[in-house]
Amino acid sequence: MATSSVSKGCFVFKPNFKKRKISVPVEDYFNKGKNESEDSKLRFETYQSIWQQMKSETEQLQEELNKNLFNSLIEFLQKSYSGFQKNSRDWGGQIKLREIPTAALILGVNVTDHDLTFRSLTEALHNNVTPYVVSLQAKDCPDMKHFLQKLVSQLMNCCVDEESKEESILVAQKKTFCSMDSLSSWYMSVTHINKTDPKMPRKKRTSSGQWQSPPVVLILKDLESFTTKVLQDFIIISSQHLHEFPLILIFGIATSPIIIHRLLPHAVSSLLCIELFQSLSCKEHLTTVLDKLLLTTHFPFKLSEKVLQILTNIFLYHDFSIQNFIKGLQLSLLEHFYSQPLSVLCCNLPEAKRRINFLSENQCENIRRLPSFRRYVEKQASEKQIALLTNERFLKEEVQSLLENLHVYHTDYFLVLRCLHQFTSSLPKYPLGRQIRELYCTCLEKNIWDSEEYESALQLLRMLAKDELMTILQKCLKVFKTSSEEQLGSTAKRIEEFLAQFQSLDAEAKEEDTSGLQSKGLQKTDLYHLQKSLLEMKELRRTSKKQTRFEVLREKVVNFIDSLVREYLLPPETQPLHEAVYFSAAHTLREHLNAAPRIALHTALNNPYHYLKNEALKSEEGCIPNVAPDICIAYKLHLECSRLINLVDWSEAFATVVTAAEKMDANSVTSEERNEIIHARFIRAVSELELLGFIKPTKQKTDHVARLTWGGC
Amino acid sequence: MPHLENMVLCRESQVSTLQSLFGERHHFSFPSIFIYGHTASGKTYVTQTLLRTLELPHVFVNCVECFTLRLLLEQILNKLNHLSSSEDRCSTHITCETFNDFVRLFKQVTKAESLKDQTVYIVLDKAEYLRDMEANLLPGFLRLQELTDRNVTVLFLSEIVWEKFRPNTGCFEPFVLYFPDYSIGNLQKILSHDHPPEYSADFYAAYINILLGVFYTVCRDLKELRHLAILNFPKYCEPVVKGEANERDTRKLWRNIEPHLKKAMQTVYLREISSSQWEKLQKDDTDPAQLKGLSAYTHVELPYYSKFILIAAYLASYNPARTDKRFFLKHHGKIKKTNFQKKHEKTSNHLLGPKPFPLDRLLAILYSIVDSRVAPTANIFSQITSLVTLQLLTLVGHDDQLDGPKYKCTVSLDFIRAIARKWFIPGAPRWFSWLTVQHQLIADLTVGELEPCIGLTAVSLSPSLSTPPLLTHSLSLSQKTIKTF
Repeated sequence: MATSSVSKGCFVFKPNFKKRKISVPVEDYFNKGKNESEDSKLRFETYQSIWQQMKSETEQLQEELNKNLFNSLIEFLQKSYSGFQKNSRDWGGQIKLREIPTAALILGVNVTDHDLTFRSLTEALHNNVTPYVVSLQAKDCPDMKHFLQKLVSQLMNCCVDEESKEESILVAQKKTFCSMDSLSSWYMSVTHINKTDPKMPRKKRTSSGQWQSPPVVLILKDLESFTTKVLQDFIIISSQHLHEFPLILIFGIATSPIIIHRLLPHAVSSLLCIELFQSLSCKEHLTTVLDKLLLTTHFPFKLSEKVLQILTNIFLYHDFSIQNFIKGLQLSLLEHFYSQPLSVLCCNLPEAKRRINFLSENQCENIRRLPSFRRYVEKQASEKQIALLTNERFLKEEVQSLLENLHVYHTDYFLVLRCLHQFTSSLPKYPLGRQIRELYCTCLEKNIWDSEEYESALQLLRMLAKDELMTILQKCLKVFKTSSEEQLGSTAKRIEEFLAQFQSLDAEAKEEDTSGLQSKGLQKTDLYHLQKSLLEMKELRRTSKKQTRFEVLREKVVNFIDSLVREYLLPPETQPLHEAVYFSAAHTLREHLNAAPRIALHTALNNPYHYLKNEALKSEEGCIPNVAPDICIAYKLHLECSRLINLVDWSEAFATVVTAAEKMDANSVTSEERNEIIHARFIRAVSELELLGFIKPTKQKTDHVARLTWGGC
Repeated sequence: MPHLENMVLCRESQVSTLQSLFGERHHFSFPSIFIYGHTASGKTYVTQTLLRTLELPHVFVNCVECFTLRLLLEQILNKLNHLSSSEDRCSTHITCETFNDFVRLFKQVTKAESLKDQTVYIVLDKAEYLRDMEANLLPGFLRLQELTDRNVTVLFLSEIVWEKFRPNTGCFEPFVLYFPDYSIGNLQKILSHDHPPEYSADFYAAYINILLGVFYTVCRDLKELRHLAILNFPKYCEPVVKGEANERDTRKLWRNIEPHLKKAMQTVYLREISSSQWEKLQKDDTDPAQLKGLSAYTHVELPYYSKFILIAAYLASYNPARTDKRFFLKHHGKIKKTNFQKKHEKTSNHLLGPKPFPLDRLLAILYSIVDSRVAPTANIFSQITSLVTLQLLTLVGHDDQLDGPKYKCTVSLDFIRAIARKWFIPGAPRWFSWLTVQHQLIADLTVGELEPCIGLTAVSLSPSLSTPPLLTHSLSLSQKTIKTF
């Protein structure tokens, strides 16, 4: 049995008995306090349905992204397997036969995502190549014996679930000791049975039965962690048995393929026939996930700028893990539905409209309290204001239209955002970011047109060449065309017009060229006149600087884009009722996802009031409240020491602080007894600090302990 | 025996020695024979063909496969059992746990009629693996004849000299037989021997000659050469097949194949691309440069903080701790001019490899090289751990992970430079210029430093087993040193 504990010690493993299900319905956790009226059940259900949709969407996405990789892998396996089958009657095939086909699969450093990839890979191989797919992890195979044991037991399991024969289980139990010899003889017997057994399930036959003896695929999930010796020995052995045990290896590599050369000497790597396969970069993966989950009106739930920033920062700065990103997204979704009573309205538009009609009085009050709604009310005429604040029915109608507006705002928003991204993503130095997520963050945060970056981006746009501009416009047109919404139909028409104008420019330019040549033909003159006329021409060009028609048109396009941005890319804070769909509690999210254990520990010990909420513990900065827990007092005193702490001094100081507290108590106990008690308390506090890893005994001085944290003088 | 000579080329003296050692069937042979030589010098092949063609009773065991004592002993006994009994009734599986049991069971098995009055040979291939098993095993096998009182000879095949085997407690000395490396002439003869049926032997011999001309300097491994010969032969035949040249047109053929072979040396030989890919390239007649080898993918994409952690680890590993204050503090006092003596000392530090550093030092350097404030969050710590699992850092000393773990940085300077390229700008922080200074110094000093290094490596290999120069890449010299070399 294994534990995940880092420390060494005894662990008790209780036998697994069936746990009785604790029958608290999950939605009850959504009841914050006793406020029943806030639709907690409905909120929970909405959360679940949205999350299910998002989850299936991400899974589908993952499948699509992996498809290419898996297809090429399967092709490789089939090809190399047919190499086995050909059995090389031709000259020289004998030597090639000794090379184990190996696929080096580079997956990137996001180790947490690999499990999912391997799981779907195993499934794909199961369906397409062979029933014998085994995956091993380095921690299971510290030596050859365990390696083979794991391999054998997994292989036999593969075979059992296919044929469900009791004999194979018996064999597995009996063969606690396994060697490659026994493995290959087992393989022979199994494939032999397959050939002769007519009662084999038809379905499997068709999928895997295209070869009489399907290959065994062994996936080594984390190649980096395997010990060199085990890997080398295994490869040497299996290459000797390759003719009777057709093995194909798949190496899961997180860093770079150089690791193969580092792990295997030339003598061993010459036994492999390695081909490289590279999975999609995780950053691209993130972009598609964001594109499908957040930059769409498909899901009503949205993230505020701060939250999105936290999630992407954790991804980019810390782990590159898509799984963690999606987990973070799920957490924010849950948190939103849990903490915001009005999140009942965070669903698709018709459903939300229906729900508004059933809102309770309390909920209406909640709506009126929303800052964005209050701002909206203040802008209205006074009669309407009164109606909104007093008449419930009127309020509900108004909220319905507001929700509709919000929906329209979002559809337009994403279209224009994508359009703007087309323009800015090709600019040199990317003033507004290369990825659409960066642009989105900026737009969420503030009015983008106020930023300097936007200014510089527009300036750069005014310098674009014609063909570049046209390709961008065509892409934008495609963006607008894909949406079925009619609101921005006129925009698409405008863009089409621009394109047509650009094209007509081409024709006109030719004419102009010829005419320009005629007028500007210089007569033959002397040097003085030539100089003079040239100067004049230069002057003329500088002063009037007549814009060509292209430049005029370009200016128009840029202004058009600018107007689009100013009209549609307003930050969501300006929209009334945005609180219902935007999750903005960035602080909670950060606390959950990017925990800082050291800081939390320090706060707990340095300022116990923060967690204990006991009024007596409240104190100003820097002084030690003498009623604080002993460990806090000891900790605070130790902060004032240098790297080595004298235990006697420390104990003295501790006693002083503590007795200052106890003077107020009755002097019933004798001083000696009290000293002993204080001494014991001190010792306990010190050993607790040692357990927490703040100090450790040192051999330099016997009556001193060493401090393990910084900050000493 | 003309039959044997045809099968075993260029090993006449070894074969005759072995034959005279074996003697007649019923003769007692030398109790143990130790055969050693470099990879692919024909040890296994010669022994196997000799025993087979002479039809001597023998058991052939590869010690790599037998990773436990039990497996090894049982395999020997079962194979013997198989030999001694007739085909149909050898189903009983003998179990044997210890060497003592082995001796007892061995006596029983060899009692059989078919094994009487003749020497039984046990061949242990890759005998160096025996050293890692129980201590009594090797001495036991060496005097098996005496222990079992049977007519048995044990042959050890190994790539390592006998001196490295000899146990401290002393043992029976085996007869040591050395298989020297094949000379270029031998290689030519052996490789030309297996020519394809559709071409004449002379044509193939000419091809082998060209092949050896290219590869002999880097590779003397017969297996590897044969592999390369087979891989590249279709390309050599190409002009003949197309009718552009006839078989005798050696010059033309040479011009066709030579650049191709050179390319093969950089790619297939080092297993940068697989042999099947190489074949495909040949067929499609595309430029091999298009297909990137394994080493081309050196770039590792890392999260932002992981990069900095790795850089900090590198700096902590290669900089002495006393210089930290100078490089990473804003007010560090004055910088003393380093004289040459000091520089020299630092560089040799670098060549000695990374030094362990405590976690606290790593974090301190990390905080000072990252521009913004880094909170010591759980994510940072888990990143350090995941760098360890990726083998970019290693944990030194496993005694207590809670109490100040120590790490080493295992990546090369080139790797760090690739990672840090983004921040490699003139006027960058001082710690970075330190990286470049180091690099310069290494480049300057390697020529002087290298010679003792090479000397060392030559000594550590056994003198009889010469390694071609290219293979030294497995030795722990930095990439840069190899290049200058």
